[in-house]
Amino acid sequence: MNVSLFIPCFVDQLFPHVGLAMADVLERLGCTVDYPESQTCCGQPAFNCGYQEEAAKVADHFLRCFSQSEQVVVPSGSCAAMVKHFYKDLFRDTPREAEATRIGERTHEFSQFLVHQMGASDVGAKLPGRATFHDGCHGLRELGVKSEPRLLLEQVDGLELVEMTEAETCCGFGGTFSVKFPQVSTSMVEVKTESIEATGAEYVVSNDPSCLMQIQGYLTRQKKKPKCMHLAEVLASR
Amino acid sequence: MSVNTVQFQTDADRMQQDGDRREFLRTALNGYILTRSGQQSKYGDYEAARTTAAAIKWQAIENLGEHLERFADNLEARGVHVHWCSDAAEARAAIVGVLKKHDAKAIVKSKCMTTEEIHLNELLEKQGYDVVESDLGEYIVQLRREAPYHFVFPAMHLKRGEIRELFERELGDAPTDDPEALTMIARQALRQKYLAADVGISGANFGVAETGMISITENEGNARLTTAMPKVHIALMGIEKVIPRFADLAVMLPMLALAGTGQRLTGYNSQFAGPRQEGECDGPEEMHVVLLDNHRTELLAHPEERDALRCIRCGACLNVCPVFKNVGGHTYGTTYQGPIGSVITPHLRGMKDWKHLSNASSLCGACTETCPVRIDLHHHLLRNRHSAAESSGGWAERMQMRGFALVMRQPWLYGIASSLGRWAHTLSRPIHGTRLDPVYAWRKTRDFPAPAPKTFQQLWRERKKDQPPRH
Amino acid sequence: MPQDSKAAILGRVRAALRTPTSPQVMPPKAALELAESGPARAEAIRRSLPTGGENYEESKALFAEQSAALKTRFVPVPSLQAAGDELARMAAEHGWSRLGAHAGELVTPLAEKLGLETVMTDGGYDPNELERCEVGLTECDALVAQTGSVLVTTRSAGGRALSVLPPHHVVVARKSQLIGALVDAYELLESRYGDAYPSFMTFITGPSRTGDIERILVLGAHGPKELTVLLIEG
Repeated sequence: MNVSLFIPCFVDQLFPHVGLAMADVLERLGCTVDYPESQTCCGQPAFNCGYQEEAAKVADHFLRCFSQSEQVVVPSGSCAAMVKHFYKDLFRDTPREAEATRIGERTHEFSQFLVHQMGASDVGAKLPGRATFHDGCHGLRELGVKSEPRLLLEQVDGLELVEMTEAETCCGFGGTFSVKFPQVSTSMVEVKTESIEATGAEYVVSNDPSCLMQIQGYLTRQKKKPKCMHLAEVLASR
Repeated sequence: MSVNTVQFQTDADRMQQDGDRREFLRTALNGYILTRSGQQSKYGDYEAARTTAAAIKWQAIENLGEHLERFADNLEARGVHVHWCSDAAEARAAIVGVLKKHDAKAIVKSKCMTTEEIHLNELLEKQGYDVVESDLGEYIVQLRREAPYHFVFPAMHLKRGEIRELFERELGDAPTDDPEALTMIARQALRQKYLAADVGISGANFGVAETGMISITENEGNARLTTAMPKVHIALMGIEKVIPRFADLAVMLPMLALAGTGQRLTGYNSQFAGPRQEGECDGPEEMHVVLLDNHRTELLAHPEERDALRCIRCGACLNVCPVFKNVGGHTYGTTYQGPIGSVITPHLRGMKDWKHLSNASSLCGACTETCPVRIDLHHHLLRNRHSAAESSGGWAERMQMRGFALVMRQPWLYGIASSLGRWAHTLSRPIHGTRLDPVYAWRKTRDFPAPAPKTFQQLWRERKKDQPPRH
Repeated sequence: MPQDSKAAILGRVRAALRTPTSPQVMPPKAALELAESGPARAEAIRRSLPTGGENYEESKALFAEQSAALKTRFVPVPSLQAAGDELARMAAEHGWSRLGAHAGELVTPLAEKLGLETVMTDGGYDPNELERCEVGLTECDALVAQTGSVLVTTRSAGGRALSVLPPHHVVVARKSQLIGALVDAYELLESRYGDAYPSFMTFITGPSRTGDIERILVLGAHGPKELTVLLIEG
């Protein structure tokens, strides 16, 4: 299967290894992976601040970058949701609506792509230790990602998956929210990390690097042990 | 920043420091979530029930004019006086008019958020009326002279010890911290109030257009006593509370109970079809229904946001909201707290002063997921952000967004920005953690990752060079 | 002026709705059609909510289960005679001296048999006198198995206050009054009173309760601390 990577701007800048890990896993499963180099961002930062016109300009650029792609895979539930759901709204009743819908249908969050498009469950990964999974809100509630990452993690050799009580509770990132309301955002990540610690897990795994940035940022500051890993990194481990 | 924004930030800061109170709230609300999910699992098809409830409220709002007229005509046919009020001032005047007509002095109230919305108690107290809230939680916050903390659980922020101290101070009576003993003190204090009141004021959870009735849901029986003993009953309701048919209650009442408190059905679900009739032995001689618009029609004018008028005020969106759990109810500074309050308040009270509420959300969507009438709450917050940006967005933010769009549309600009960012990061190291730091707000409590030595794009190019092309 | 406000509000409502609603926030069309329909709608509601039982025995078991959860005392008895015996036993146990009651096919003989000082509400009463009664004895319109509720109206239960003012409410019902679900209760109310509804109808679901202090359940917040349902099966 031919697959184009969409590496969101902050992953490109801050967490490039997540993108590489995703490419490794896809190639291991037999995909032909390409990376359209003109890509930048999905436009969500502007969209979530209410600046739809600006978001539409960025989205338009995205559509041009990926117009030739058969499948687009994204290591972030949030960015995937932006393309799959909100592009349709953004381009409603405009000439770009059909294109936005077409590309939206071909765009997939990483774990959903593996399970539903590739029919994968065991990707041949190995990582000894105990992990807990954090459901990124947009993946969970906009895309319905819930069972897919767990299915994949359960097949990882040596990995014990433990559920935390607040798995579905927001980590408090929320994009600009984390900076506009830092105190609320911090309270939320405090709840999240307490729940993580209660499981005794060494790894916090998620399909959204933005949540992991928030959680890791707080864990490090608090000198707490659990280490954040993107699902792709776990699946690339062997 | 508006006064309200500053107040929100200050109160949120205070709550962040008060881990004990947050833990207390969280424990209470997690208890609710557990009870609720147990009850929900007994539904034959919960999602279908939810869709039916949404459709009923939907029809009500979509044909609001006809339903309201029919409702009012049927009420009048039952001998109920109907008052149409465009705003809070008209509603207050209508209520005071009835009180004056009956030369009332003592008033007993059952829980009604709409009276909070029009600040009725303050006015009546100022005019010398003896007004008492009879719902236990409302009674407690009235004694504390503060606003309800949560529009379903008004006193949920208080610990038993605080309530004991309050009762000791205000009622001169409170032997123990025991919730039952404290409840009995309130019961005793309020019993005589029902019997002595001239007028009972209630809200309404639903107004039935088909039959001209109002429906009130409660657990304590205080609304029943408020509407059984005094000789006049006044019910204040927002115009969006009307539903088409009597039998709609067969699904609306259980859904309200489940979402509101996790119950199969709330303790008392009463339908009122007018004042005491010929042959009935008790009940008020007169019944008044005060219908309030107060900017609801402005929300109705939004084709994308009018579904917020489907709200049945169950409070479920507050109960699951991580922001509510961590800032508490008073921080909002609104009559309606939590996600639904953040959605409707800018429309009811002005976008400029209340737009910060749309931003005070991580858009996690837990509210939308739980709403029993399927209001698209978190997407409404997103739409409100858009309205705010269009009507009252700040210059600086607009410039930032224009810059963002410019850079993200031009890969070469993005490349330059990426290099500049790396430079800036290195150069700015000395100011990290100071107020000059661009990510100061973040870094105060959390580490911020440094840019990776190489971007994905650079790494990808290197990787391709090392790897022979696959066939 | 109120009349002006009526026209103004309705004018604003109609003007607002002239712009059609965005399809994004509309419920599915099928749901809207279903909500309009009659019997199909009742059936859909019945299926989607918790069950009310398929027959008398199932409904009775459900009512018992709900009662236990609600802390309602549910006592099936074989006859009116047995109901009287149970009442006498309760009167002795609780030391009742004053009873509130109304005239009714079931209540009248039971109240007479109890022989306590009785306030009858039928022709009007002094609320202070009723407030001093330890128990209110009423009939009802129906018992709802699905929710463990007692449906009373001003006509079936001696007015508005008798079933809420005294600290113990005792309901007496016949086997035929036990129904399945809330939808059935609304059908019953429509067929029984559709032409002339009583001014007050309520579904009583357990004794008066509150959780306003630390979410801890306390019974008897304002209304009855105890609710007893006597179901006469014979």
